[in-house]
Amino acid sequence: MDHDKIEIIEIDLLLEAVFRRYGYDFRSYARASMERRIRQFLSVTECSSVAELIPRVLHDEDFFSRLVRYFSISVTEMYRDPLVYRAIREKVVPLLRTWPHVKIWHAGCATGEEVYSLAILLKEEGIYQRATIYATDLNDKVLAQAREGVYSLDRIREATQNYQQAGGRASFSEYYHSRYDAAALDSSLRERITFANHNLAVDGAFGEMHLVFCRNVLIYFNRELQNRALGLFTESLVHGGFLCLGTKEDLRFSAVNDLYEVVDGKAKIYKKKGGP
Amino acid sequence: MSRGATRAGGGIPHYKAVVIGGSAGGVEALATILPALPGDFVLPVLVVQHLHASDDGAFSFHLANLTQLPVAEPCDKTKVEPGRVYTAPANYHMLVERDGTIALSVEGRVNWSRPSIDVLFESAAQAWGEALIAVILSGANTDGARGILAVHAAGGLTIVQDPAEAGSVVMPQAAIATGAVAHVLPAGEIGRLLADLGGRKTNLPPGYRHSIRQSTA
Ligand SMILES: C[S@@+](CC[C@H](N)C(=O)[O-])C[C@H]1O[C@@H](n2cnc3c(N)ncnc32)[C@H](O)[C@@H]1O
Repeated sequence: MDHDKIEIIEIDLLLEAVFRRYGYDFRSYARASMERRIRQFLSVTECSSVAELIPRVLHDEDFFSRLVRYFSISVTEMYRDPLVYRAIREKVVPLLRTWPHVKIWHAGCATGEEVYSLAILLKEEGIYQRATIYATDLNDKVLAQAREGVYSLDRIREATQNYQQAGGRASFSEYYHSRYDAAALDSSLRERITFANHNLAVDGAFGEMHLVFCRNVLIYFNRELQNRALGLFTESLVHGGFLCLGTKEDLRFSAVNDLYEVVDGKAKIYKKKGGP
Repeated sequence: MSRGATRAGGGIPHYKAVVIGGSAGGVEALATILPALPGDFVLPVLVVQHLHASDDGAFSFHLANLTQLPVAEPCDKTKVEPGRVYTAPANYHMLVERDGTIALSVEGRVNWSRPSIDVLFESAAQAWGEALIAVILSGANTDGARGILAVHAAGGLTIVQDPAEAGSVVMPQAAIATGAVAHVLPAGEIGRLLADLGGRKTNLPPGYRHSIRQSTA
């Protein structure tokens, strides 16, 4: 058996060890990227094979924490893909207005930039006060940062440009206070947001959502786990509720495709069929 | 493990996919290579060209005008199909899974690049092994060199644009310096070689095999 095939077994065993020892289930994550990150981690350790990582991971919690840092990818930005926010304003908000109360779930919110971007949009559209927003992630560290809502001025500068392209109605500077080299987002943006730990691989659905945002999270899952997460969203959404995926994610390859109609093909906004 | 692509009938290597990486000057080289591929070209072609992060499919659109083959920016989990060109979207790494589907990722930049050529080539080498053809074009950084090594180690065919004609020599030279490159050719000849290797009717001599050519660059 050649080296590659042996390494596949080693990686299976490592992921199994992580799951059984710590309860984190990365066995259903997209494999190529996972393998890449394991090899990357291997190259910064003294270990010479993936197999050698296994006893270390099992017996040394700090070693495991170092490994998990390679597993979690929380790259995000405010108003990433401005066209998505334009589409939300034009095609989703008019329907959100027709509900007396609006519930929104950001699944895999990372450090929160996307959550605040949408919160600002809802404020400008006058529906923030009747919204309840849940922002979840499996990584407590990024959730803590999301709760803080403090970002570097560099990021805020980038966000300002995107905000305008996204159809922002005010001046972006109205939404934050600069302190030294960082900017704290206005705390009123946080009023209706609840941040919570939720793992799409093991936890259950939320009730009665009108809009689910889950962007650039499903790309890290294999097809089975994608279908599990999409099942949760479908269960959570009211009939006529909206699902917004990353611009390079598509329901076409999923088990729930038939349950949705396309609202905006480029922005990847879908609407759950059925109901009155 | 056997080395070199498996031979179909008449001693012709049997390839399953082509990966191409380019940076500065790469678009010009692609403009020579892609038109050379015949309409019945049977291999999928996966392209990573370093782009500005805000490119909104314009590159893919540009390529579509250069070739008879269908060109698209794939979504995550797209099944790779023969005779199609896939371009990595700006701001995403493009990887290949062993089941022949495309995976996208927004993990950190590699060689200051996202998409990165190394990320595509290394995953494609895992997926296709000796049945892979990898091509490095013009560019001003060293992305792709590790990828070339991985493709070669897996038994695949490695080709680099001749630095003598490349708009930027750094990337071709870094690839050649790995010692793992079989052919160093001008873009026009790369197009012809690919057409021969992946067309329905191949014009290669019966004894064709890919060997490491001592590079002169
Ligand atoms: C690339 S970020 C996406 C951030 C944001 N949605 C965006 O598109 O800009 C991916 C996030 O998904 C989270 N994630 C990964 N696996 C998860 C799981 N099983 N359940 C919940 N969140 C998960 C990661 O912790 C990370 O914060």
